[in-house]
Formats: sequence, structure tokens, C-alpha cells
Amino acid sequence: MIEIKDLHKSYKMGKNSLHVLKGINFNVEEGELVAIMGSSGSGKSTLLNILGMLDELDEGSYTLDGVAIKNLNETKAAQYRNKFLGFIFQSFNLINYKSAAENVALPLYYQKVPRKERQEKALKYLTQVGLKEWANHLPSELSGGQKQRVAIARAMAAEPKVLLADEPTGALDSTTSYEVMDLIQKINDQGNTILIVTHEPDIADMCKRIVHLKDGVIIEDKKIEQVRASKYV
Amino acid sequence: MFSRDNWREIFQTIQKNKLRTFLSGFTVALGILIFVVLFGFGNGLINTFQLFFEDDAQNIITFFPGQTTKPYKGYKSGRQIEFDRSDLADIEKNFPMFLEYVTPRIGRTYLTKFKNESNNYSTRGVAPSHQFAEKTIIMKGRYLDKLDILKKTKTAVIGRLVEKDLFGQEDAIGNYIDVGGSVFKVVGVYQDDGGDDEERRIYVPYTTLQLIEKNNDKVDQIIVAFKPELGYSGAMALEKSLSTFFKEKKYINPNDQNGIFIRNVAEGLKQTQQLARVLQLIVAFVAFGTIIAGIIGISNIMVFVVKERTKELGIRKALGATPKSVISTILLESIFITTISGVLGMLIGIAILGSLDKTLEDFFITDPYIDMPVAIFATLVLIIFGGVAGYIPAKRAARIKPIVALRDE
Repeated sequence: MIEIKDLHKSYKMGKNSLHVLKGINFNVEEGELVAIMGSSGSGKSTLLNILGMLDELDEGSYTLDGVAIKNLNETKAAQYRNKFLGFIFQSFNLINYKSAAENVALPLYYQKVPRKERQEKALKYLTQVGLKEWANHLPSELSGGQKQRVAIARAMAAEPKVLLADEPTGALDSTTSYEVMDLIQKINDQGNTILIVTHEPDIADMCKRIVHLKDGVIIEDKKIEQVRASKYV
Repeated sequence: MFSRDNWREIFQTIQKNKLRTFLSGFTVALGILIFVVLFGFGNGLINTFQLFFEDDAQNIITFFPGQTTKPYKGYKSGRQIEFDRSDLADIEKNFPMFLEYVTPRIGRTYLTKFKNESNNYSTRGVAPSHQFAEKTIIMKGRYLDKLDILKKTKTAVIGRLVEKDLFGQEDAIGNYIDVGGSVFKVVGVYQDDGGDDEERRIYVPYTTLQLIEKNNDKVDQIIVAFKPELGYSGAMALEKSLSTFFKEKKYINPNDQNGIFIRNVAEGLKQTQQLARVLQLIVAFVAFGTIIAGIIGISNIMVFVVKERTKELGIRKALGATPKSVISTILLESIFITTISGVLGMLIGIAILGSLDKTLEDFFITDPYIDMPVAIFATLVLIIFGGVAGYIPAKRAARIKPIVALRDE
């Protein structure tokens, strides 16, 4: 699903250039649930940004579902993001003046899906995350966990190839965190590919594979026995 | 780009962000409103100036006798110049091709009585053509005619307010009034756009006044109406040759400024038109400034709007919004708001101007108005510049990387 070969990325800071990613080789198969771990400054967010086409790579290659991601202009990047990727952010990033259902329907709007179908799909995914009754509520009327579940429904709505989650439980207490992880695991069980950036070991343990980054290189890449979050819920 | 879905999205954004919508709409509406009202006031001022001059005919040169200040051909200085009937005849004889009519005017103030009512009125001895010079409008009866002059009849045409003062509800026509001790028959009642003073006058044949005053031959002023086709320069030339003619006839030193005084409406008219033009320019300048201020206002708001929406736009971009769709969302929204509020401001402004009508006449503003094309043009300019002002920050916003926009502060 994802193939990364010899990926380099550096940022220019005045005269100096900061070498953040120093040759990453990394593949993800369909249906995997991967945790990317590392302390701050290890380059894990940069890697996620490149995977999410939010940032460009300097050297190496990145292939997503057989499509080479290279030299994309803004419009093309937007289209690929819409088609291939679903984002889940630490701070939810829901549009505050839109109801839960409207937020979920937004990626479909950019896919030019007809309105009726958008509403049906939005409701379907909200039902899947257990928030059908909250469809017409504004984000401000939802709890943190509920907001993140709306965000997950939104990421799912466009039926992307890969879900990218940047510290999805970072703003939640542990009980809610486990609820969200339970949901993510269930989505993964249906065959969706999911990448999670986290620095919490217990969250990482709920994935099927942990990739450890340090100073811009992968120091560890291992498959693990998944801990089911449902145990804690 | 103009699909129903798109508009639904825009309407929702407008509806859910009322303060923002109100701010930008209010700026535009106010800008256009002030522009329309200011421009209308300017036109009202010009109207007033034109009215001042429309009260009387505009092809008039009036000659007033004065006192000489220079000796000439054996005459001492300090001599009082007088006009008489022969001067009228001479003008008519010498300048027929330039003239529409010539009329004398003798001005007196007499105590005028009818039954128990009495008052002092300015009484003028004139010829029939004086009606055109003053633009006197006959309400009932008739004006003085040639026969009145010839037969020196004791007939009088009185102003609307004279009739009101002396006769109350009664009809003045056919009644006899006492003007300075002589009895005149009222043959006409007139009105005049020049205001109350001009409607408190009595016109009588100048020959009759001369007869009453010991049968003399003198007239106070000579009013000459030139043919309008002479134009400004023709009128000035005529004024000059008439002045030369009078000075020669009355033995006044050609360089004496005080022997005869001349008031040429053409000259005043030209000055007034110039003044009106300057006024129009000032008003246009101020109105232009208002539009500029409006453009700056809407630009500021657009920058603020885009800044405020940075995060939202970042989310939209992460979800697959192309730069084009980001720009078009912002632009369509701003153009929609500016168009609606611009047209609204324009209509309110026009309505205000229409309702003012004559109420501001005391401030020299009469019938303020704005030409529709001017109002529409100004509105369009504001809409277009509002769009341009929105486009620049929108384009910048579309280029922001979603990751930057989404970063937690």
C-alpha cells in the first residue's frame, strides 16, 4: 500500500539546514495498523506530513497504492489527499459552525458527491462511530471523545486507502483514549490501513506493528501481539 | 463553480458567521449610501444655484444711472445721470438686431390701501415686456399691455401676497386700490418663483407713474433683453457697445466707472456655472474619497476574514479542497455580500434623496438626486474592488500549507 525508499528531508533554517529524515525505508501492507513512535524531534511528524502529502520530500521515492507521489502541484495534491487519505488530528479540527453530519459530509462535498448521497453516507459513518443521535449537534455541544469520533467518521467518509492519525488520543483522558482506540481497531478489523503517530506506549501496543524513529532513522520496526482496547472499555 | 451545491455552502457560511457578514456588508452599504447622498447633495446645491438664476430671465442687461466722477466735455463731475423715454427709443432704434425687448423700470414705495387694510408695497412702473424679464406668472386676470402704456391707464397688477394681505379671501380683480393717493384698478394677480418679497409688489404702467409724478419723462432703470443666441461673448460685446452708446449720449467720460452701472446676468450666470462646476468637482472628489475609504474598509475586512478562517481553510484543504475551490469560496462569498449590501446601500441612499425633496432648501440643497448610471457605476466599482481585495488574501490563504494552518497555537 505504502512504499517509501531512501527518504530524505531537511529544513532550511537560515544558513543551516536541519536534516530531519535521513534515509527512511518503510513499507506498509494493506490492512496494517502501524504505530510510529519516537520522542519529539525524532522526525515522526515530518514523516506523517510527507505521507499525508502535506509536505514534500527532498530525496527518495514515495508510492501510494501504486501511484508515485512526486512533484505534485497544489490542486493535484488536494485531489490525491481527498481520494487516498483520511486525516485524524490531535485537536480534532472540526469546523465549528457545521453540525457533526455536515463535518462528516465535507470530504464528500469536495469529491462532488451529490447532496442526498452525502447526507446518507455521513449518517452511515456517524452510526458506525455510535453518534447517530448527535448528527445535528455542533462540535461545541460534543465531548472530546465524541469530537474525535466525528473526526474519525469524517476521515472514513471519503473511503480513503489509508487513515493517518496524528496523536489521535493526545487530547483525551485514558478511558476516552481507549474508546477511540477500540473504534480504530474495529475500523482496522474491517481491512482499513491505518498509521498512528503517538508517543504513548500503551496506545502503540494496541497496534499490530511499531516503527520506532530516532534522530531521523528507523531504529526498530517490529510486529507485535495486538492488545485489544475493548478490554479496558 | 456556480452549482447549487456551491451556493448552498456559501449561504451556510454567510448565515453561520453573522458578525463577519454584517461587518463587510455594513462597510459596503455605508460607503455606497454616503456616496449616493453626498453626490445627491452636490446636485442639490447646483440645483439651488440654477434656481437663483432661473427666477429671472437670463438674457438681461440692466442699466442704472449713477453720478459722474470725472468732468467731460465741459460738464463737471458729480453730475447725476438720468434716463428718460428717449433713451429707450434710441436703444430700440440702434440695436434692433440684438434685442428681444427693452423695458424701463421705475421703483417706488407707496402706502397702498383697500378698505380697512393698508400696507407699504414696492410699486414698479414698467412696460409689458417686463413680465418676461422678471418671469412674472399671471395667476388670474392679465398683465399690463401696450394700451395701458399708451393711454396711461390707472391699472395695476398685484402680487399674490398683496392680494392676500389686502383682500383676504376676496377676489382682487376688478376692485380699486389706493396706491399713494391715486386709485388703480386691479386687472391681474401674479406669482413669482423669486420668493415672498417678489410676490409683494405692484406693477403699474410706467407712463402712468410718470403722469402722476408731475408728468415727467424719467425712468429709473433700463432693462435690455438680448437675443439668447448671442451667447456669452455676444452679450458681453453688446454690453460694451450699449455702455459706449450711453456714455456718448449722456456726455460721460469713457473712463468714468460711475456714470452708469451695468448688471449683466450673462456674466453672473457664467460665474455661477463655474461655481457650480467647482462644487461638482469638490463633491465628486469627496465622493471618490468615500469610495476609496469603502474599498480600504472592505479590503481590511477581507484580510481579517481570511486570517480568521485560516484554520478552517486548512481543514478544508486537508479534506481535499483544491486551491481553486478555496479561492472561489472566499471570492463568491465576498462578492455576494458586497453585491447585496451595495445595491441595498444604493437603494437606501436614493430613497433618502427622494424623501428629502425640498426639505433642505434652507441649506441651499434643492431636489437632491443622483443619476442612476453614476450610482450603479459606483456600486460596481466597490463590488469589483471588493472582489480584488478579497482575491489577494484568498490566494495567499489557498497557498498556505494545511499543516501550517492546522498547527495548534
